[in-house]
Amino acid sequence: MSWITGLAFVFFAPFVGGLIAGFDRKITARLQGRIGPPILQPFYDVGKLLQKDNLVVRRSQHLYTEFFFVLTIFTGALFFAGGDLLLVIFSLAMAGVFFALGGYKASSPYSFIGAQREVLQMVSYEPAVLLAAVGMYMVTGSFKVSVIAAYPKPLVMLLPGIFFAFFFILPVKFRKSPFDLSTSHHAHQEIVKGITTEISGKTLALVEIAHWYEYVFVLGMGYLFFASNIWLGLVMTFVIFELLLVVDNSTARVRWQAMMASSWIVALVAGGLNILYLMLRH
Amino acid sequence: MALPLLAFLILFPLFIAFLVLFVRKEAFFAVIIYPAAVILIVATCFLLGLSAGGSPTLIAVHAGWVEPLMLVVEVLAAIYLLFLAIKQRDWTVSALVIIQTVVLLGFHFSRAGEVHTRAELFIDVFSVMMGLVVGIVGTLIAVFAVGYMRDMHHHQHEIPDGRRVFFSIIFLFLSAMFGVCFSNNLSWMFFFWEITTVCSFLMIRYKGDATSVKNAFWALRWNLLGGLAFLIGIIYLCLTHHTIELDKMLALPKAWVMLPVALFCFAGLTKSAQLPFSSWLVGAMVAPTPVSALLHSSTMVKAGVYIVLRLATSLEGTFVGLIVAFVGLITFLICSFICISQNDAKKVLAYSTIANLGLIILCAGIGSPQAVWAGMLLIVFHAVSKGLLFLCVGSIEHKLHSRQIEDMSGLIIRLPKLSVMLQIGIAGMFLAPFGMLISKWAVLRAIVDFNPFFALFLIYGSTATLFFWVKWLGKVITVEKDYKNEETGISLDQWIPMGILTALTVLICGLFSPFANILIEPYIVALYGREVTLGAGNMLIMSIMLTFIALFPLTFLPTRGVKMAKPYLGGANVGDGRQFRDSLGGVKPMHMKNFYMEEYFSETRLMRLGVIVTTVFLAAMLAAGGM
Repeated sequence: MSWITGLAFVFFAPFVGGLIAGFDRKITARLQGRIGPPILQPFYDVGKLLQKDNLVVRRSQHLYTEFFFVLTIFTGALFFAGGDLLLVIFSLAMAGVFFALGGYKASSPYSFIGAQREVLQMVSYEPAVLLAAVGMYMVTGSFKVSVIAAYPKPLVMLLPGIFFAFFFILPVKFRKSPFDLSTSHHAHQEIVKGITTEISGKTLALVEIAHWYEYVFVLGMGYLFFASNIWLGLVMTFVIFELLLVVDNSTARVRWQAMMASSWIVALVAGGLNILYLMLRH
Repeated sequence: MALPLLAFLILFPLFIAFLVLFVRKEAFFAVIIYPAAVILIVATCFLLGLSAGGSPTLIAVHAGWVEPLMLVVEVLAAIYLLFLAIKQRDWTVSALVIIQTVVLLGFHFSRAGEVHTRAELFIDVFSVMMGLVVGIVGTLIAVFAVGYMRDMHHHQHEIPDGRRVFFSIIFLFLSAMFGVCFSNNLSWMFFFWEITTVCSFLMIRYKGDATSVKNAFWALRWNLLGGLAFLIGIIYLCLTHHTIELDKMLALPKAWVMLPVALFCFAGLTKSAQLPFSSWLVGAMVAPTPVSALLHSSTMVKAGVYIVLRLATSLEGTFVGLIVAFVGLITFLICSFICISQNDAKKVLAYSTIANLGLIILCAGIGSPQAVWAGMLLIVFHAVSKGLLFLCVGSIEHKLHSRQIEDMSGLIIRLPKLSVMLQIGIAGMFLAPFGMLISKWAVLRAIVDFNPFFALFLIYGSTATLFFWVKWLGKVITVEKDYKNEETGISLDQWIPMGILTALTVLICGLFSPFANILIEPYIVALYGREVTLGAGNMLIMSIMLTFIALFPLTFLPTRGVKMAKPYLGGANVGDGRQFRDSLGGVKPMHMKNFYMEEYFSETRLMRLGVIVTTVFLAAMLAAGGM
């Protein structure tokens, strides 16, 4: 892993992410007994959005979203370049903060609620993600993604609890049920459209593309748990994604209290037990 | 060369403190304080030129009159406090004052001539770093106070104008802080330590109303208790090891000095308002804002963490160290949680100050090179950003006549410059790649090696931090109504300190590497014989992130192809799009309120929990130190 993989992420991740999104919609449609859109539909959507007017409530509101876009790419690039995992997580938080601030800046009640919920979502996934970094450090002795990826055994064998906590918060990052509180993917809505209520046109296209980047980045983090063997890693990443779709289609959205409490408790119990196990192992 | 400079730093503020007592006209405060501030800042910068290394340069003061003078001052201060306490019928404080004075006098007269001290003062990079914080951040806050107090007395006539005494105490305090930083003789340090306690007491009661006086006595009580622990520690050290010098104590084997170290830590915990003592600092927020910034955030409470961090090598790997670390960690976690439910901006700052001090105490308790490195970073970054935030909130309060965060909506339009400074201050507290985040990162690395379970607590605390800062930041940029720019009448002596602190917040982050190399690295190397870094590659990435952030304001310059629209309100928009027609045909304005989650993060419940847990652990610490 080096800056080349980081650069590769910058250029190819949107295509991979867009395909994953298309695939997602197809599978979801089939699970619901529909035919579903073509695989390339997400690209058509974004293409159309790019031609639309950029409507804003407050001037400079879209700048926050654009910064979110840039920082998301930066986060992923840092990760795929094999950088420091903690730094990657901080950068991810910074991107999230800018996205939320864009929602606040719009000064519309619905995007305000969405922004609050976006922050709540960040607060919900942050412990599990940081714990994943801590666990990986305890096993491999390094926070560097390149070193972690080169560990000879599948990390999930030593980090089952932490992996579970990580999987538990994945719907947040994928904006999927039961944790799609701040804004939702699907035809059903969440308090109008949550944080993206006042985002439109080109800016909304950027949010979509940033989301594709996030798809690849988050799946990349999942891959780390199985990174000892590339085929195992790829297969398991696919399985993770499939499971996520099943969860998405079989659960209803929960209240924010339930999201926060459950994700914190799962991270505390599963992650804590896992850390205890690692400590006793030595 | 070192002695004259240190003497100047301690005596010059004392001279100014004396001088301002004779000011008859308002304008003369500025005439005295501005030049004094410039001189003090320049003198502090000379500290850097002393080429102080990591190991202490000891400085002997050949003046026999100093110690008797200190004793006289201590006794006079005690009589004054006793008088006030009896008048207030605060028997706990009265008892503490009497006990402390009796013990102090007994100690002085029984051991007179017994202990020979070779060096009263010392200097090394750590004390230089503290000196810079006191000299630069502290002095800037003093300048800010000139303008702030002028505004305050023009607006609030019910508060008696005691500004001569006020500024006198501010400078007396600065002098005492320099004393704490550079004392090697522990009884000297104790003297300066007690002076800061008295200053804090007098400043909290400045407004003179019942609440202020009550809270002042409450603060005094805990600080006196800490002072007593400090004193007993010195006496014990003197009786068992025949020394009262800091450097000699640190050179002794850990096991020999466990009790005095535990007692000094206890004193440090009270001074830095850790749980279970935190309530005094929250109460101290009744004082005028510059006081909160100077004493209760940037400098005085740092004296507490300074002494504990000094003892880090004696704490490393001991039971006392473990407890100290745990108390700091619990304080960080609980106070960060409490911040979520607070709407009063000053209270958020107070709790977050306690939380961050907890983080430094945690580092000291761990005592590993990485931890001490992170702790020292935290002291500096926190002093600058938090000082800035307090000053901003002070000025904002004067303009809005409220310091509720909920009232700060639209601040970006009403007070644009102030709000930008506030935003930079907040970003400095939690956002990558600013100082506090670098430090938290370093703490996390240190803590995982120490005890991964501690990391678990840290992770939750740090997540809470993210939450309350973002929602404050969001409130500032949300525009609820058609606001006007109200940013007039803020004097230059408020703008300049805030401007410099804003610049410093960004600068120290950008110049983080050289800064750490000059002021932190030598201390760690001298102490542990090895270096600590975050890695050159990571530093590069941090600078890239800082550049990103720095570029963000530039994107505001040109307004590009966007179309303005009205917000969606779930009904027909009326007027400027901030009102809508509801289903019954009435016109309703929109409101936006933040989450506070009182039912989950209630101040009273969390505090009670924290006090109980930490009291038990502190008792265990003192017991373990005694064994």
